[in-house]
Amino acid sequence: MRDLTNEILELIRRTSSSLPKDVEDRLRESVDKEAPGSPARGALETILRNIELSRANSTPICQDTGTPIFYVHHPEGWSTRKLKEQIRAAMAEATKRSYMRPNAVDAVYDKNTGNNLGGDDFPYIHFDEVDADQPLLIELMLKGGGCENVGRQYSLPDNSLGAGRDLAGVRKVVLDAVYQAQGQGCAPGILGVAIGGDRGSSYIKSKEVLLDKLGERSADPQLAELEERLTREANEMGIGPMGFGGKTTVIDTKITGLHRLPASYFVSVSYMCWAYRRRRMTVKGDVVEYD
Amino acid sequence: MREITTPISDETIRSLKVGEAVNLTGMMVTGRDAAHKWMIETFVRKTRPPQDDDEKVYEELKKLLSGSVIYHCGPVVSGLDTKEYKFVAAGPTTSIREEPYQADVMKHFNVKGVIGKGGMGPRTLKGCQEAPFVYLHAIGGAASFLARTVTRVQGVFKMEFGVPEAMWVIEVKDFPVVVTMDSHGGSQHAVIEERSKKVLDELLARV
Repeated sequence: MRDLTNEILELIRRTSSSLPKDVEDRLRESVDKEAPGSPARGALETILRNIELSRANSTPICQDTGTPIFYVHHPEGWSTRKLKEQIRAAMAEATKRSYMRPNAVDAVYDKNTGNNLGGDDFPYIHFDEVDADQPLLIELMLKGGGCENVGRQYSLPDNSLGAGRDLAGVRKVVLDAVYQAQGQGCAPGILGVAIGGDRGSSYIKSKEVLLDKLGERSADPQLAELEERLTREANEMGIGPMGFGGKTTVIDTKITGLHRLPASYFVSVSYMCWAYRRRRMTVKGDVVEYD
Repeated sequence: MREITTPISDETIRSLKVGEAVNLTGMMVTGRDAAHKWMIETFVRKTRPPQDDDEKVYEELKKLLSGSVIYHCGPVVSGLDTKEYKFVAAGPTTSIREEPYQADVMKHFNVKGVIGKGGMGPRTLKGCQEAPFVYLHAIGGAASFLARTVTRVQGVFKMEFGVPEAMWVIEVKDFPVVVTMDSHGGSQHAVIEERSKKVLDELLARV
């Protein structure tokens, strides 16, 4: 089996320092919506300059290089144990090269491991076997702590918000999550929403739904409509970039549904900051492609 | 655009108002969760006895922080092996986690400004008026951009907290911030929160 440590290191470098085009485009479109000379516009202009500088110098877009979340889709024949070893070796090397900040802190003993490796679950790696004719695909998302902290999970019905167990109720709790977050999650943000599941699967799904490109709507027409509506209504709140006040609070919303127990109705909201770092690499024979 | 150099006088602090853009130049010290907890427990409330080099660091910090600025930042730093430190990425972290500590730290060490993101609460705002000091908002996530304003790393304290949590003494030139909490009771964060609450209530009432 081929050793991909260097290629994965390159994936980490690209993810940390080069924001995906669809995210950058949305941020660029947002600048003109904010009043000239306003703090909101100034914030977006600084954000765009930072994106360019980070890409040019291979430096992290944000100093919080986040929780590294890997999704590995592998055809039969790849050893997941070896891939895990290679991902972990690449992560340690990326930390040495300052593409990543040492971010793994033992929660019981308060010690930073210094190399972004912590126990069996840091970095987080999810393996999924695909058909034999498919290439090996590795996706990486870096999710910062500031936005992770403002994520929320609701158990419906939520009486304080008047939210029942239906899509109308989902709409209400997601709007509440945006209000509660204010500027703390580094607005403008992207909302990942999962309806159903148990507490664990629901939160995980609310992150996975973010892996799709911005602007891609749910295949379910009801959810697609709710996605558009939530983005529009979240922006009516006027929280704005960094919470300075302004028109751009949320740049996209993505929703997915899971099966739930009759007793449970969870809505999980993962708030992704503007520095939405996600990249992928595809291994086709000897060729490795990045996008 | 106001140009301000540390150390900062009370008179300058009192002249700053919410919404003003400021370029900061001079020396500042980074400090976030572990540093604030440590300062409060060891030197302000004294619930934890000083250990190791605590007393020595305290004497140094008193000199460095007086009239200066605390930056809520956990940087990416290169040159860790050679101790030729360089800030590679250094944007602000979320400030609200220091709400239980901030006002007391500012008062104890006579700190005149705190830089972070997301703003802080009523306890800190009250401290801003009494001390006085101001809350300065930097652009969250603009880490490469802000690292370029760091012209020199003077040194570091409490490296045992880990690189992000250590207290880095840095010199900056033209570090851009916006005053979002001033020493006259003004808070942009309180205004936006109130305004957005009204809209939220309208939205919740809609079908």
